[in-house]
Amino acid sequence: MDRHHYPLTRRTPSVMTPRSVSRWAAAASLAAVPLGVLAIFFVLPVAGMIARGLWPEGTFDPTVLLEAYTRPRTVRVLGYTLGFALAGTLVSLLLGLPAAYVTHRLRLPGMQALRAALLIPFVLPTIVVGVAFRQLISEGGPLGGLGLDGSPVAIVAALAFFNIAVVVRAVGATWESLDPRPAEAAAVMGARPVQVFVTVTWPGLRRSVAAAASVVFLFCATAFAVVLTLGGLKYATVETEIYLLTTNLLDLPGAAALSLLQLVVVIGLLAASRRLETGGRVGRVELAPLRTARAADVGALLVTALALLLIAAPVCTLVAGSLRVDGSWGLAHYRHLLQPLAQTQVSVGEALVNSLRIATDATWMSLLLGLSVAILVTRRTYSPRQRVAQRWLDGIFLLPLGVSAVTLGFGFLITLARPPLALRDSPLLIPIAQALVALPLVVRTLTPVLAAVDDRQRQAAATLGARPWRAFLVVDWPAVRRPLLAAAGFAFAVSLGEFGATSFLARDDRPTLPVLIYTLISHPGQQNFGAALAASCVLGLLTATVMGLVDRLRVRSVGAW
Amino acid sequence: MPLPARLHPTHATRTSPSRTSPSRTSPTRTSPTRRLLAGLLLACLPLTACSLVGTSSDDPSSDTSSGPRPTTVKLVTHESFALPDELIAAFESRTGMMLDVQAAADAGTLTNKLVLTQGSPAGDVAFGVDNTFASRALDAGVFAPFKADLPDGVAQFALPSTDGGTDNRLVPIDNGNVCVNIDTGWFASRGIPEPATFDDLVKKPYKNLTVIPGAATSSPGMAFLLATIAKYGEDGWPDYWRKLMDNGVKLTSGWSDAYFVDFTQGGGTGKRPIVLSYDSSPAFTVPKGGDASTTAALLDTCFQQVEYAGVLAGAANPEGAEEFIDFMLSEEVQAALPDSMYVFPVRSGVPLPSDWAKYAVQPTAPATIDPQTIAENRDAWLREWTDITTR
Repeated sequence: MDRHHYPLTRRTPSVMTPRSVSRWAAAASLAAVPLGVLAIFFVLPVAGMIARGLWPEGTFDPTVLLEAYTRPRTVRVLGYTLGFALAGTLVSLLLGLPAAYVTHRLRLPGMQALRAALLIPFVLPTIVVGVAFRQLISEGGPLGGLGLDGSPVAIVAALAFFNIAVVVRAVGATWESLDPRPAEAAAVMGARPVQVFVTVTWPGLRRSVAAAASVVFLFCATAFAVVLTLGGLKYATVETEIYLLTTNLLDLPGAAALSLLQLVVVIGLLAASRRLETGGRVGRVELAPLRTARAADVGALLVTALALLLIAAPVCTLVAGSLRVDGSWGLAHYRHLLQPLAQTQVSVGEALVNSLRIATDATWMSLLLGLSVAILVTRRTYSPRQRVAQRWLDGIFLLPLGVSAVTLGFGFLITLARPPLALRDSPLLIPIAQALVALPLVVRTLTPVLAAVDDRQRQAAATLGARPWRAFLVVDWPAVRRPLLAAAGFAFAVSLGEFGATSFLARDDRPTLPVLIYTLISHPGQQNFGAALAASCVLGLLTATVMGLVDRLRVRSVGAW
Repeated sequence: MPLPARLHPTHATRTSPSRTSPSRTSPTRTSPTRRLLAGLLLACLPLTACSLVGTSSDDPSSDTSSGPRPTTVKLVTHESFALPDELIAAFESRTGMMLDVQAAADAGTLTNKLVLTQGSPAGDVAFGVDNTFASRALDAGVFAPFKADLPDGVAQFALPSTDGGTDNRLVPIDNGNVCVNIDTGWFASRGIPEPATFDDLVKKPYKNLTVIPGAATSSPGMAFLLATIAKYGEDGWPDYWRKLMDNGVKLTSGWSDAYFVDFTQGGGTGKRPIVLSYDSSPAFTVPKGGDASTTAALLDTCFQQVEYAGVLAGAANPEGAEEFIDFMLSEEVQAALPDSMYVFPVRSGVPLPSDWAKYAVQPTAPATIDPQTIAENRDAWLREWTDITTR
């Protein structure tokens, strides 16, 4: 083996050749838009808000941090946050992984509907889900005897309710594109199912599981209404504490200290998950054939049934509530939705149109940004430094998931007030904020697909005289087309259900559907309550329909994470 | 709905850095990614046109600083702001100005937003700061003085000023009371006397019967805490709350799930016949065809909430702001408040909706606390309250 020549041929040229300069320029120009958006709509507002807290009179005051971090309350709050986020992630994985297997590898009747239904929790307004959960477990509810109301178990169950969908779709997509033959071969040679899973299947899944887990962890760590509604005020988390300090007490130094803490935890998590995400195989673009269930699948089927139960119970409470009119069953609440509501002057139909419009904006924005990022992080790299840069590029777009919407919202107000960035009143703010939330999901859907495209195909196309755009159309587009559609569905669903940033940001008098639902449920009267439940059902049904259509377009490969 | 197309976002996209340099001489030198980026940006142009942004109705940043008469008056308010379309249309045609409503979040968030943007206000006029947050906004210099002839009855809701008169910056627009509500039928059918006072809530017959939204997360919850402070004094309230907790009071995060989930008349399977709500709530629990409400407000447990409007200091259109405040005090708007925003008018002699006139009884002497005192103590009170309730 020629040890002397091998490193030499592989070493990155230390002198920038014109070719590498142009490559860098190209990467920079492609990165400019997403990074610019992130800088203006995330880094600047959050930094502005933190600076406002830590430099109260224009001078840095370190005692603020010291005071905030040594409060016993801060330690407790951090403990609850990490505890709930870990438990929520764990339960979501335990229930979601078997469900991912069942819905993406087995041939069972009604599977398409099932997969669409699994995404419903994703868009249901958290306040309504909180109420539905509490109707189940409160003193008078069907599960009242279990004494779960106000307990940590209820919080974790609700966190899992919202996040099982993320695990199922993300890991399921990888699972269905794993080559089934090595596992079958191992089984033929006498490996027990557990052995097959540990030695063959898991290495192929590990990467996508880690990616899904990090997203779920961030969703859980920043969960707000769920913790408050189900925890009975006992369990303050960093997120609820920032909300209280910022919107109620105007204690900006305290809020800034907690926001910093949040950022540190998130960045630490990302660094950790990077380690897990290395290695593993990239999913193939073609799909493994579905097969019928066997006796060995009983365990997975049972867990899936449990996951379904967890999702179905609050949803059924919701549907039942929406059909309950003055002690009997009827559609009056749904008919009520057709008229403009007194307290908003807007009918649910109009609010739905507003939601759809904003979702359209958020979707194209997140696709545009997500495709740019995905192309960048899957570019062929020529040096370790470039690979590190790619990793971080991929990671930093997860940050918006981990930072409080309140900090971001107030940050918009104080940093985007004056020209040239007088954007705080722009109707673009809401879709941009939603696009930032959807972006990690989009990137994670597209990246594996683009990575799986053999770069030699592009080179071959270029050699044959294809212009770059034509090479993209011929080589990348066929692979990325369907995952792009799937990502669009995901982004659309995220936007339809988004409430935190939407309710917080200044907007004109055209509420989205979740905002309208919140208004309805905040007023007394059976009619308002019923209408809120009915509107939530409409929102859930709409999402399931959109996701069902996406599935129907044969986008089984929702990209592997 | 008027939809003058203003495509500024499209314009912004067009001027962004994607100049596709037509260097046809050496196509291989143009990087594939740069070409791709240009293509992506071009592809998104038509999309902007079919989005919300493409059909934005009115430009919020209309030029209001120059010209003889501003064309827009911009209102910053909270999520609950609502008025009938006809009234807003009438205001717009009478004044010749468009009303641009920027609504978001709750009263506390609204106040803090105003404080943080003091000096470069996000609008001309603000509505929705209430008496529990008023001091914070006034101390920060958010509002400009406003000399209006207040209609009859309004002045009694105004804030006191330092010189003994009434404050001339925040104008009262509406009021309502946060009161304990009870399910009267529940008590009648069990032969238990109805509770009436704060003291009753900590007595044995009413153990485990009360549900209240928490003060830290809910504005009615905060009002209830303030009511107990007004009643038992700064030294006595912690003791009252300890007794309340010992008597099995249930705390929820918000009003909605206290009322709709735990209250026996919330429509669900609730088990608790005592809930914190509003003085107007009984008007919403009249059974179809019935002539009596199934709930009642306990008028000795009320805390008064008043919502104000004010001209923002540094507003681009202060005259428009004043006209808007006059509009909010007009008889038509005052009469529309109950149905639109679930609050009572401040103006005297305004007719109430028939259900309200019949079933929503207002307390004659609700508890109040000086806004200045609230501002000074809010933090300490909430911390102590949290300690007591989450022992």
